[in-house]
Amino acid sequence: MTSASTAPTAPPAGPAGPVVAVAGLRKSFGEREVLRGIDLEVRAGEVVCIVGPSGSGKSTLLRCVNLLEQPTGGTIEVLGTEVTDPDVDLDLVRTHVGMVFQQFNLFTHRTVLDNCTIAQRGVLKRSRAEAERVAMANLERVGLADRANALPGQLSGGQQQRVAIARALSMDPQLMLFDEPTSALDPELVGDVLGVMRDLAEAGMTMLVVTHEMAFAREVGDRVVFMDDGVIVEEGPADEVISAPREERTRAFLQRVLDPTHANVAPRAE
Amino acid sequence: MTTTQQLARPGSRTRTMSPRRRARLSRAIQYAVLLVVVAVVAIAADWERIGASLFNPTVARDMLPSLGQAMGNTIVYTIAAFAVGLSLGIVLALMKLSSVRVYRWIATAYIEFFRGIPALLVVLTVGFAVPIAFDVRISSLTAKVAIGLGMVSAAYIAETLRAGIQAVPKGQIEAARSLGMSHARTLAVVVIPQAFRIVLPPMTNEVILLTKDTSLVFLLGMTAAQYDLTKIGREALTSATGGLTGLFVVGACYLCLTIPLGLLARWLENRTGKARRA
Repeated sequence: MTSASTAPTAPPAGPAGPVVAVAGLRKSFGEREVLRGIDLEVRAGEVVCIVGPSGSGKSTLLRCVNLLEQPTGGTIEVLGTEVTDPDVDLDLVRTHVGMVFQQFNLFTHRTVLDNCTIAQRGVLKRSRAEAERVAMANLERVGLADRANALPGQLSGGQQQRVAIARALSMDPQLMLFDEPTSALDPELVGDVLGVMRDLAEAGMTMLVVTHEMAFAREVGDRVVFMDDGVIVEEGPADEVISAPREERTRAFLQRVLDPTHANVAPRAE
Repeated sequence: MTTTQQLARPGSRTRTMSPRRRARLSRAIQYAVLLVVVAVVAIAADWERIGASLFNPTVARDMLPSLGQAMGNTIVYTIAAFAVGLSLGIVLALMKLSSVRVYRWIATAYIEFFRGIPALLVVLTVGFAVPIAFDVRISSLTAKVAIGLGMVSAAYIAETLRAGIQAVPKGQIEAARSLGMSHARTLAVVVIPQAFRIVLPPMTNEVILLTKDTSLVFLLGMTAAQYDLTKIGREALTSATGGLTGLFVVGACYLCLTIPLGLLARWLENRTGKARRA
């Protein structure tokens, strides 16, 4: 994908530096501390999957990366810019970081094509023709070019989520954040979305993915981070963490997720 | 349960009528009651006197020439008051949503105050007290009405707008911000267009209420050319024979204004509602 020359320039990401560098991150909601000192690095081209039980803080961590949540402590560096610094132009950083939400969050009053062009035109100042060309290329990529003029409400959940991915990609991001992208989908629609994400990973996109899809994490993820109770319990190569977890908590979680009918269920008294 | 068994409600062994049968009977009774009420009213009313004193055709015919101008005046007063109310209402709604605490307090105080006092007081105050207190003369009657009624309706409009803006799902705003849109652009491109749809029905209500409230213009004193519908109706009351005919005629005129407004709002709602269905 080519971007217009008038686009705001990317914050300088040192070729060797990580795309995301989180250090000592803490976040409290009132009394409750949901992140209790997180250190995490994501290098260019890497796909990092964050897994863990609900309430472990994994979504909050992701939302802190583009500052949808304001951290209570610690630092976050994205594309070489310290986003926790109050002097930083957050909008500029966010322009280069795509985000995909669990609930899609497509603009319900605009068509699929408008959803993909609205920020290109308003933020990147691309011309209508340029924005539509980029949008159509990305809708093609997620297999929905024929629905460009539909309204989000007319699409299935899986289609909406793929449009949301196309919308994010239309900004030519250098990092993509996925917040449980398939958790709100009917089971038969999950595959299409994961397929798009796999293609994206293979194309070299840097991705940080919060997910419950262990098969996806193992196959597509370079690294898996297991979180529980606001801390990173274990991290390592995807296959290693999922197949041979070192920590007891990781093992217990994976057992519940991978074989839900047998874990934690008392034997039948019959 | 292995054997088939009659289903029975606990505690009601001898139920004579099924719930569905009872619902049908209840509907029949409701129709019967309605029929009886209509019949009684039709028989009890003295139609001849009603015709002569409530729907007197000669009185109504005499009113016709002045009705057009009066209706025009009512519309002008309404539009002017709504313009003031909407502008002030937007400011108040933004103040109420402001992160500056003092602005929120001011807006809340304004809204509580003007919601709680009769519009009549405000119109009189703008018309007579303000000129005395501040030594300013508002010469135009329309301006006086617009400021008086606008100040009252701004309180209601502000609340409606605030509720509409807050009803836009948070995810829509997060999506816009995560695409790099500024706060202002998010407001303009995402929040306000979606809030508009939410706000449309209550806003129609506000315009209809305002249309009727313009009848308070008589408080300020006016020339014949400035008469609104209600004033025309009241004038017609003095013509001895017609009874209440004058009021019935202007009542019909008000409906001619307000019912199309309701229809317009419903049409707009349907048109924009298609996008909403998820």
